[in-house]
Amino acid sequence: MIINSFMLALRELKRNALRSFLTMLGIIIGVASVIILVTLGSGATLQVTDEIASLGSNLLIVSLGKRLGPGQTSGASAFKLDDAEAIANEVPDIVGVAPNAGRSLTVVVGNENWVTSVTGSTEAYFSVNNRELTKGRSFTAGDARRGASVCVIGDTVRRELFGALDPIGEKVRLGNLSCEVIGLLEAKGQSTVGTDQDDLIILPLRTFQRRIAGHDDLNLIQVSFAEGASTERVQDDIRRLLRSRRHLSGNEDDDFSVLDMKEISSMLTGTTRLLTGLLGAVAAVSLLVGGVGIMNILLVSVTERTREIGTRLAIGALEREVLLQFLVEAVVLSSLGGLIGIGFALGVSAVLAGMLQVPFVPDYSIIVIAFLFSAGVGVVFGFVPARKAARLDPIEALRYE
Amino acid sequence: MNSKDPLIQLRDVTKVYGEGPAAVHALRGVDLKIGQGDFVAVMGASGSGKSTCMNILGCLDTPTAGCYAFRDIEVGKLSRDQRALLRRHYLGFVFQSFNLLNRTSALENVELPLVYRGASARKRREAAREALEVVGLRGWETHSPAELSGGQQQRVAIARAIVTRPLVLLADEPTGNLDSERSQEIMQLLKSFNDDLGITILMVTHEPDMASYAKRVVTFIDGLIESDKRIRHQVEAAS
Repeated sequence: MIINSFMLALRELKRNALRSFLTMLGIIIGVASVIILVTLGSGATLQVTDEIASLGSNLLIVSLGKRLGPGQTSGASAFKLDDAEAIANEVPDIVGVAPNAGRSLTVVVGNENWVTSVTGSTEAYFSVNNRELTKGRSFTAGDARRGASVCVIGDTVRRELFGALDPIGEKVRLGNLSCEVIGLLEAKGQSTVGTDQDDLIILPLRTFQRRIAGHDDLNLIQVSFAEGASTERVQDDIRRLLRSRRHLSGNEDDDFSVLDMKEISSMLTGTTRLLTGLLGAVAAVSLLVGGVGIMNILLVSVTERTREIGTRLAIGALEREVLLQFLVEAVVLSSLGGLIGIGFALGVSAVLAGMLQVPFVPDYSIIVIAFLFSAGVGVVFGFVPARKAARLDPIEALRYE
Repeated sequence: MNSKDPLIQLRDVTKVYGEGPAAVHALRGVDLKIGQGDFVAVMGASGSGKSTCMNILGCLDTPTAGCYAFRDIEVGKLSRDQRALLRRHYLGFVFQSFNLLNRTSALENVELPLVYRGASARKRREAAREALEVVGLRGWETHSPAELSGGQQQRVAIARAIVTRPLVLLADEPTGNLDSERSQEIMQLLKSFNDDLGITILMVTHEPDMASYAKRVVTFIDGLIESDKRIRHQVEAAS
């Protein structure tokens, strides 16, 4: 009887192919959006975690404001090179301190130009950030002290400005500073948030401050500490040091933050997860709307097929058989919509993952849940029309015009 | 079942729709016995109670009072589902407006009652083909009702009614939507089932011509049986 009802339902849906498809559309969109969002969301989360893990767990970032992010540095005075040096000298277990100052600038070579992010730092930048050079050399402590006009460029900058040519020894112009390319960074690809990690130029900090920025503020300080040292302890030491250097009294809050990569990672993935969850919830609502659509169409269908139902009842169909017929129809409709939605979602998220350069990680549990949910929508919203059909009085149903 | 007991027996059956002063008394105490193999034409003006009586005989409705015994089964005491099972196993229905499923082939329409009987697909197909052949529609199996004439549609409906070899065939104005030539053909068909297969036939009709194919004519007036006559020779004369 079940298989029979199933075949019957399929035939009924085929008869009204366009209507069935339109009815399913709500479910298709609902299921597809839930799956696309979750798939891309977990891809992004995985990428963040991977990337941050690759930076190593013994990196701290000292920045202004209470939280990482723009627009929250209000009132706090900027860090200076002294602060970075104080951290390096006074906190135990520190391996490297890289002060960072930077801005976006147009780089010119001949008649090529390219807008990139220009960062002034010390020679510690390369070890702290795990960046290797494929060619040339990084600047020396002497270059940094002197404020030499030298720079290390990322692979994207090389490609855009030099193409196939060897950039080492060439001059690039940054505003009114002309500096010599002495090294090329190993390519690293895109970061989690979609920025190109090879689209950068590193200068000695002093060169940047004197010749480009015109002041000696730092944006942030990167600190790497010894493997095996306690992260909390190093964080606390840095906090205490900076509080005393910035003359914060006991009851004042920090106007800077010292975050380790785990915190940054959880902050970023937390945001992704929250967003995925919220959008997923919105998408789930469209599943319910799809269910109401199914109920509506089935009610119309029951009315339209009143005589058919009457005939079936007269021939000897039991109440539950008619109920089952319509219920199966609703479930077939909604789960077919669910299947189409899943297929569509996998296709779209594979393409989108490629475009956004996040890993494509289909979450099978979400796919199964979405499918069961769509079938469930069929049962729930199919029940009322099915019961209406089953409870028809055969005499009146046969007389129905 | 004792062969002397009638197949169908109504004893003082009444049917009242509604309550209080607005109540409609469709049947006011009907007594009727129908034996196996009979062919009864039920006549009467609209509102005379004949349709109500047919609904009760077809186990689609139950009497308000009185007793309806079908093969000694008291139908009035059965549940809705039990009556459905009784219809499924013993009764066949033919309607004035055919009531075939649209966009469904003739063969599948005829198979429908067998689906509810749980017959296998192969058996259903065989029996349905055979039934269509009996009603003279061999070669029309794959046609949908829209592709068939009125007479052909009613033949499909009749094939659907007899494919289960019912004890009783209930026909509600089977020729009401057909011209006289098609009507004669349908009546011949019904008569042959009665003669050859021994199927008991209860048929509502307005037309005396059609009633003349029956063995017995029951006429309703105002919720009561006004006359109940056996006809013998007209049938021979007509054929």
